[in-house]
Amino acid sequence: MPSAQTEPNPRKLWMGLLARCAPARLAALMPDLPPHDLLRGPEIGAVMVQGRVGGTGQPFNLGEMTVTRCSVRLGDAVGHAHVQGRDRAHAIRAAVMDALMQTEQAASFEATVLAPLKAEESAARALRAAKAAATKVEFFTLVRGEDK
Amino acid sequence: MTPEALLGGFQTAPIQSARAFRAALEAMARPGTIWEVEGAMPPTPMSVAAGVLLLTLCDGTTPVHLGGSLDLPVVRDWVTFHTGAPLVAAEDARFALGTWADLTPVNRFAIGLPDYPDRSATLIVEMPRLDAEGARLTGPGIKDVAHLSLPETQAFRANRALFPQGFDTYLTCGSRLAGLPRSTIVEAV
Amino acid sequence: MYVAVKGGERAIDAAHAWLAEERRGDTSVAELSVAQIREQLALAVNRVMAEGSLYDADLAALAIKQSRGDLIEAIFLIRAYRTTLPRLGVSLPLETAEMAVSRRISATFKDLPGGQILGPTFDYTHRLLDFKLAAEGEVAAAPTAPASLEPVPHVTGMLGRDGLIQSEAYGNDTPSDLTREPMELPASRPLRLQAITRGDEGFILSMAYSTQRGYGRTHAFVGELRIGAVAVEMEIPELGFSVEIGEVELTECETVNQFKGSKTEPPQFTRGYGLVFGQTERKAIAMSLVDRALRWKELGEDFTGAPAQDEEFVLMHSDNIQATGFLEHIKLPHYVDFQAELEMIRKLRREAMAHKEAAE
Repeated sequence: MPSAQTEPNPRKLWMGLLARCAPARLAALMPDLPPHDLLRGPEIGAVMVQGRVGGTGQPFNLGEMTVTRCSVRLGDAVGHAHVQGRDRAHAIRAAVMDALMQTEQAASFEATVLAPLKAEESAARALRAAKAAATKVEFFTLVRGEDK
Repeated sequence: MTPEALLGGFQTAPIQSARAFRAALEAMARPGTIWEVEGAMPPTPMSVAAGVLLLTLCDGTTPVHLGGSLDLPVVRDWVTFHTGAPLVAAEDARFALGTWADLTPVNRFAIGLPDYPDRSATLIVEMPRLDAEGARLTGPGIKDVAHLSLPETQAFRANRALFPQGFDTYLTCGSRLAGLPRSTIVEAV
Repeated sequence: MYVAVKGGERAIDAAHAWLAEERRGDTSVAELSVAQIREQLALAVNRVMAEGSLYDADLAALAIKQSRGDLIEAIFLIRAYRTTLPRLGVSLPLETAEMAVSRRISATFKDLPGGQILGPTFDYTHRLLDFKLAAEGEVAAAPTAPASLEPVPHVTGMLGRDGLIQSEAYGNDTPSDLTREPMELPASRPLRLQAITRGDEGFILSMAYSTQRGYGRTHAFVGELRIGAVAVEMEIPELGFSVEIGEVELTECETVNQFKGSKTEPPQFTRGYGLVFGQTERKAIAMSLVDRALRWKELGEDFTGAPAQDEEFVLMHSDNIQATGFLEHIKLPHYVDFQAELEMIRKLRREAMAHKEAAE
């Protein structure tokens, strides 16, 4: 599968978006959940986050973060979620959403849930980057020593 | 991952794993006593008791070895999904699951280091039957003497001779389990 | 002799009830919410996350409220809580080069690709108390400017292209984890970094400062300091691929250190590394200095006897929970031990007096 590395896996993208979003925002966008069976969790735990020595060398253990995971079955579709934080409802919603995105309703949920989440995340990132850009230093030379 | 592998985990993990841990602890502390556990529904041929032990004791930091008769795709997936434990060769295992025939020779398993005897393997032996009869057990946690239907005695006597190093053993059959720590003195009757 | 004693239960209950009342303080003053602590005391929250070694801002804020602002007590609460969590997995190593930076400065290169971005910094403030903050009021929105969302390159990568700086050997070895296995010395560099990043900020700061004053001097410049958000990605076995499970704010510091070369290494710049949860700039800079000082052996430098070069001294004393646990335990009942010492002193005094009288 040579294309696997260049084309982003759409499931990977929506799972990341669902993990990063604010639980309250996801709840507001999908207040009602379709009937589903819990396969595992929701379970609160920790994930050890690794860095690299010098940013590019061997891995080292930086510290843990809280994560809640959940797996659900919705008809024939199985949905999984690992989401940052300790919100069980967030993990269930993200797992149900992952399952729904594998069904015929995917396009509709893409439009009503994922698209707004994506737009809001992009706007928040752009605002942060714009504030950072405003603090970028413009140097101008006053006197150069060798000009004397 | 096979759909069957996603089923059969604990439904209420905090409560079920706490109860199972208590049973595992009691079994190891009182060799020869037999305990009933519940909560796991692992794929065949794994017993309920072995499944409960894996769910309770294993995670991503405890490499697990699956003996031949249990080294099946559905079992591998079940262990991976529900515990996150890496599946490894006998020599690298902290837990090993199989029938006695699968797990012998048992001198392949880690017995710990003199400084760290805890860095050893725990064997989970699937038994055709498990009764308080047969081999004679004495030692820590046994008031006078206990009996347990062990698959053999010689291997456990050799293991006792390594103390404080050595492996520890759980014996499982259906939903019942018993413990045999390395400290127990085993004699054939 | 061991004597078990019990009692004091009523006194302890009353003490805890009073503690709760004192924690609340004057009830005519509005109560602090956890969200207020998280948002308005963010740097305290960051310190508790970094040294508690658990990234969860709400939990850290709760711990600060519960500990009445005693940050070491708050870190203790977080450490205790994290032991109750099952370990769901290990992330892929973070890609700090992909960081969405809110601050990024270099003391060694004026004009670097991506520029010098000051971010929300205390630097260049006049350190004059701002009495306007004593009154409540609206804050004006910060200015914005057109921005690129492209990541900015690491400064050390630029030096590395010319071989002017020592490179870090890439690898994917599983690092030892001091939260799972007791630390063994000598420690690998990954293990040292884990110990330092969760170490006490004050201790790491003082160790770093000692190297600047000459106790194990390493001639450090901040090659780059960056603060920003980085995605956390983890392999999910049931999926067969990795997904992002969240995002953490980090501070990363790389020092560029003068190095004249040694028996084994050519003259080139060497590196110290700091990476800490949250906006924790002082800690990250100090971490990179201490990391560099501890590398004397692998770089073929001399051990000068400086504390910051002494791995056992640094790693065994950097954890404030271990330190405060051992320190504070001496205030707890030691009646029997002390009774024994008292007996011994009395006996020695009697003997000394008898000796003196005999001599006279």
